[in-house]
Amino acid sequence: MKSAVPGVNTATVCKCEAKVTTIHIDDRPYPAKDGENLLQECLSLGFNLPYFCWHPALGSVGACRQCAIKQFKNEEDKRGKVVMACMTAAKDGIRISIDDSEAREFRASVVEWLMVDHPHDCPVCDEGGECHLQDMTVMNGHVYRRYHGRKRTFHNQDLGPLVNHEMNRCIQCYRCTRFYRDYAGGRDFDALVLRNQVYFGRYQDGVLESEFSGNLVEVCPTGVFTDKTLKRHYTRKWDLQTAPSVCVHCGLGCNTIPGERYGTLRRIRNRFNGAVNGYFLCDRGRYGYDFVNSRRRIRQPLLRKHGIAPLQLASKRDALQLLGEILSSGARAIGIGSPRASIEANFALRTLVGRDQFYLGLSERDSRLLASILDILKKGPARTPSLHEVELADAVLVLGEDVANTAPRLGLALRQAVRRQPEKMAKKMGIPLWNDHAVREAVQEERGPLFIATVADTRIDDIATRTFRGPPEELARLGFAVAHALDPSAPQVSDVSNTTQALADAIAQKLKAAERPLIISGMGCGDRAVVEAAANVAWALCSTGHAAGLCYAVPECNSLGAVMLGGGSLENALEALDDGAVDTLIILENDLYRRTDAAMVDRLLAAARNVVVVDHIEHATSAKADVVVPAATFAEADGTLLNNEGRAQRFFQVFVPGNDIKDDIWGGIAGDIQESWRWLRDIMVSVGRGDEARWPSLDDVTAACAAAIPNLEPILRAAPPAAFRIEGQKIPREPHRYSGRTAMHANVSIQEPEQPGDPDSPLSFSMEGYPGHPPPSLIPRFWAPGWNSVQALNKFQDEVGGPLKGGDPGERLIEPLQGKKVAYFQNVPAGFKLRAGEWLLLPLHHIFGSEELSILAPPIAELSTEPYLALNPDDAVDLRLAAGDDAQLLFGPELMEISPGFPEEIPRAYWLPVRLKPELQRGTAGLPVGLPSPGGLAGIGLPAFGKIRRARKENRIEEGRHE
Amino acid sequence: METPLTRNISPGKEPPDLVQYEKTGGYAALRKALRMSPAEVQAMVKESNLRGRGGAGFPTAQKWSFVPMGDDAPRPKYLVCNADEMEPGTFKDRLLLEGDPHQLIEGIIISAYAIQADVAYVFLRWAYKLPARRMERAIAEAYRHGYVGKNILGSAYSLEMHLHVSAGRYMCGEETALLNALEGKRANPRAKPPYPQVSGLWGKPTIVNNVETLCNLPHILNHGAAWFKSLSRSGDGGTKLYGASGRVKNPGLWELPMGTPLREILEEHAGGMRDGYQFRGLLPGGASTDFVLTEHLDAVMDFDSMQAVGSRLGTGTMIVLDDKTCPVGMLLNLEHFFAQESCGWCTPCWSGLSWIEQILQDMEEGRGKTSDLELLESHTHLLGPGHTFCALAPGAAEPLQSGLKYFRDDFQRHIHEKRCPWREHGHGMQM
Repeated sequence: MKSAVPGVNTATVCKCEAKVTTIHIDDRPYPAKDGENLLQECLSLGFNLPYFCWHPALGSVGACRQCAIKQFKNEEDKRGKVVMACMTAAKDGIRISIDDSEAREFRASVVEWLMVDHPHDCPVCDEGGECHLQDMTVMNGHVYRRYHGRKRTFHNQDLGPLVNHEMNRCIQCYRCTRFYRDYAGGRDFDALVLRNQVYFGRYQDGVLESEFSGNLVEVCPTGVFTDKTLKRHYTRKWDLQTAPSVCVHCGLGCNTIPGERYGTLRRIRNRFNGAVNGYFLCDRGRYGYDFVNSRRRIRQPLLRKHGIAPLQLASKRDALQLLGEILSSGARAIGIGSPRASIEANFALRTLVGRDQFYLGLSERDSRLLASILDILKKGPARTPSLHEVELADAVLVLGEDVANTAPRLGLALRQAVRRQPEKMAKKMGIPLWNDHAVREAVQEERGPLFIATVADTRIDDIATRTFRGPPEELARLGFAVAHALDPSAPQVSDVSNTTQALADAIAQKLKAAERPLIISGMGCGDRAVVEAAANVAWALCSTGHAAGLCYAVPECNSLGAVMLGGGSLENALEALDDGAVDTLIILENDLYRRTDAAMVDRLLAAARNVVVVDHIEHATSAKADVVVPAATFAEADGTLLNNEGRAQRFFQVFVPGNDIKDDIWGGIAGDIQESWRWLRDIMVSVGRGDEARWPSLDDVTAACAAAIPNLEPILRAAPPAAFRIEGQKIPREPHRYSGRTAMHANVSIQEPEQPGDPDSPLSFSMEGYPGHPPPSLIPRFWAPGWNSVQALNKFQDEVGGPLKGGDPGERLIEPLQGKKVAYFQNVPAGFKLRAGEWLLLPLHHIFGSEELSILAPPIAELSTEPYLALNPDDAVDLRLAAGDDAQLLFGPELMEISPGFPEEIPRAYWLPVRLKPELQRGTAGLPVGLPSPGGLAGIGLPAFGKIRRARKENRIEEGRHE
Repeated sequence: METPLTRNISPGKEPPDLVQYEKTGGYAALRKALRMSPAEVQAMVKESNLRGRGGAGFPTAQKWSFVPMGDDAPRPKYLVCNADEMEPGTFKDRLLLEGDPHQLIEGIIISAYAIQADVAYVFLRWAYKLPARRMERAIAEAYRHGYVGKNILGSAYSLEMHLHVSAGRYMCGEETALLNALEGKRANPRAKPPYPQVSGLWGKPTIVNNVETLCNLPHILNHGAAWFKSLSRSGDGGTKLYGASGRVKNPGLWELPMGTPLREILEEHAGGMRDGYQFRGLLPGGASTDFVLTEHLDAVMDFDSMQAVGSRLGTGTMIVLDDKTCPVGMLLNLEHFFAQESCGWCTPCWSGLSWIEQILQDMEEGRGKTSDLELLESHTHLLGPGHTFCALAPGAAEPLQSGLKYFRDDFQRHIHEKRCPWREHGHGMQM
């Protein structure tokens, strides 16, 4: 670890208890961790001991019998006995043999048994070339087939659009159910039947319910579960060009490995980062990538002539010329940045327009929430934990955030956190924690304290100690009450009900009793009091001597990075336009219609004489622009993102856009896609300000940014600079077995084109380069000789399951100040009051649908929800509405929380089907947020009050009663 | 000769109800036990040298001794009666369940008392419909009369008792798979350690005792350890229910002194072979024990002696092979059973047994090859103890390894004649 709090090795806290001891492997001494299982130790020592059922995150169960070794009683014992390495603890002086002939023969037999029913269909199997079963078969030396009988066959299930099912390949290692059920809490998938006919699937065909189903693809050692989206444009691992990347679909910053071939992005794989995502991704992160290949991509500059004509394709030169004209003819421009654009892109825009003309691209409400979160995290004393540290928390309060939908991987971390206290029971019984089933049998349904206070039910309620439901002000009041119970000098909450007080006391007691208490909140319910109440709880713990963690979920991949750059809200931008001081808007990677009320955005765009959009997908905002330039997506650019933990992480370009053979064949234009910061640089050059933007490569932008904004200085160390070389070489993005490079374009031209250069990173767009292990932030894929599957990762860690060699990537930017007196937030909101005839509309998040980019991927769109209105069943009865009925939702200026600059406007109406949600409190209603327009309600600022009416078929509207 | 276990049992008749059971001295042992400390009960059973009758022969008191005792012990503690009798050829527990349910209940309470269990379960084989009815009735009677429930017979000791009828798998006879099944999970065995005494049913200290083992307890308590040891003709204490099936004149079940010679059981009690049938060998204790031949018949049937002749006492209920039955066919029948009953957890078992079954099937149908013998041979080693997750596959390997050794010629004939010599024209069994 490079940057965590001194003395805290964040990635290995749970593992560093064991002392080092000496074990003897084939008569040679080696250091090993006392009590750790021998498989893990042998792998960590670099031995190629084959295995199947064991997984570093799932522990040992002893099912597959593949890791058999010989154990000897003492030096004299030459006979020994076969034991399973994964089920045997490393003890001082233990003598084992991996090379023993009986152990070797037994291991060869295990693979022979597994191959008895395996179909040997590698050539048509998507796993081929990165298959653990292939690797282990070769490793065991099983080459000759002795089984001549029939193979058992199965019916395969349709498991939905994400995961393909091919059961005949199954080797019954049980990893899938152990991940899906035991680790991720899924319920609709299990092991069925017995003998050599165990069936891993659902009780019937259907979409897998768990939002972590895609991990089956990586957890399965063979081709039973494969990536269904990859299947549509299949490419073998060795033919994929890959680079280290960071997920852009929420604020957690999970590390990914996107893979490209022929100019299209083919898939996303997990990139292990011990401090962040570990071994697993959520399905939004894994399957949201297809927006990169979307038909809505902007691939060429678009210009609107004379202000009204439709947008027309233009050349890069024309676009830059026009922009130069606009900006150098005395235009007064403001820039609107974006929390989904990199720090460098935002900084480039800020440099172009000037610091005071740079706006954040968020509504006033969201800007304030984010600024408040940043302020709380910087001020301290509560420290924000990494995702891995969340897994180590032993008592958790979730206040206001539906993490399963807004930050899914955080929900998976919480499923591990609730195991921390029960694990102590197992330890007391002398059960080592790697002995997974024994631990689970010992602790049964015991779970550590987890309290979930949210506006409605969440998908992790099943592991909660208690849940609490209410509108945001009630959630905040509960938080404030907990803080007060912990520290009487924290503000008191007046008129708390006895039950809420009792719950607050119970929560306070559990948090106080914990070793690593954690408070989780976020922007999800759009309420500042909730954010502040969470801070008060964490601070109250800190000020009473409990080192509490405080974790906020933020919605986008660079939310914190954007807010660190500063800048006003969209409301402020409108004011500036209204003042007439500004006539040109430059909008960076941002669909303003998703940010705030449509009428306000209309005014904003109308008020500007020139609207310039730099983005990679078409949207409502770009449609109204006068100039649109095609930006690169995460897969076509490099940059730095700041996740919710304040960890700066670099993502690297995977491929060069427009380098697409189809364009050549069909006479298309190669496209002018380039990084947003390059567009902004080029614009500066075109207006004669090239001196301010001497940025030949990304490093120059990053350096300029670090110099201009001292708080961002650590981003320089997020990854090695472009000049970094190992043995004088770059790190190849293409595997050494990458095929067809000289032939890929041969139908167009037999000249082999020069490989594109990359001035921005130490990676090359080629197969040539340094063949060894690069630094951890530059790992483009996991591969090692004999280890073609993702399990090659073992070779990239000092200790299997621990951090990457050289430390887990990322630089933490936010470390709280210590030792200062806590200044509690004092604004305790009043309790929620029912309003006659009005409902408090609350945001409901959807993992599939609420996020802007992933929904452009067809499989994610297929899984997303249609717009709806959620009501408490009793309220629905009063409104004479049943599930499925149409309701009319009315919004209006007199109903909305008025923001500065909000225009006068008539109430707007939406017709929405009703869903019943018993966990919504009476007087509140839920609206799905972020669904794409039309009718998707994107841009509505929630919470807000609205009127609900029953809409009859003939659209006769009746006034809703509220009693 | 004393037959304490079966003294109340008259096959074909209703078992004694609670009052009748009391009249023959029933529940006196429980009264006596309740006046003793749990440690004293354990000491007495230890002294008696009672070894588990489920097949493994582990000393019962020693098994109990690993249960955490005292006020700090985790609660609740469980006593589980393993009545999932599914070993092929074995029907001894059935007799005890059907014939004298109160004897078993009294044994369960004593065992539970010895480890201070709070709850007892009887885990019963699904197919045992009549025993289920009788046990249910007897447990209800015991509750009514204060032998089970709160403050048993006015003592400070309380015990709940439940009958659980299994969903039906051979695997459930393995004690940890039984516990998983009892918890409503797949009947996969658990890793040991931790042993059930530490982390058993629902993660709590648990003892699993066999029906016959438990039925011995009232008699040990009543008559003492010395008496119990004196019942036996060998070092292992007590009597044993021995049985015989196959083509003997008088197949059945007999309570005899532990250590009765094989020949005596086969010839005197089972009446020898039926006319026209020659003895070829037998599996002494159910399907998962090695064959013994004529030359082994003078061995006595106890735990150590049967090991000395290369087999195991197992359940003590022998399956006799005659000369008109194909040994390969018999093994196919058995290995089919074991392959089918594999829980599917560990590779050697779920895959190896299916392969064995396939090879034997091929041989029986005339498709055997010489190399198959090598494959079968190697599997008997590869499925050995320690290689697999539990004892099912090693048990399945026992009849196969001794069968290959003792009936090698018969295997060879199958291969060379490309048919089963016991079948006419390749199909149909010649009787």
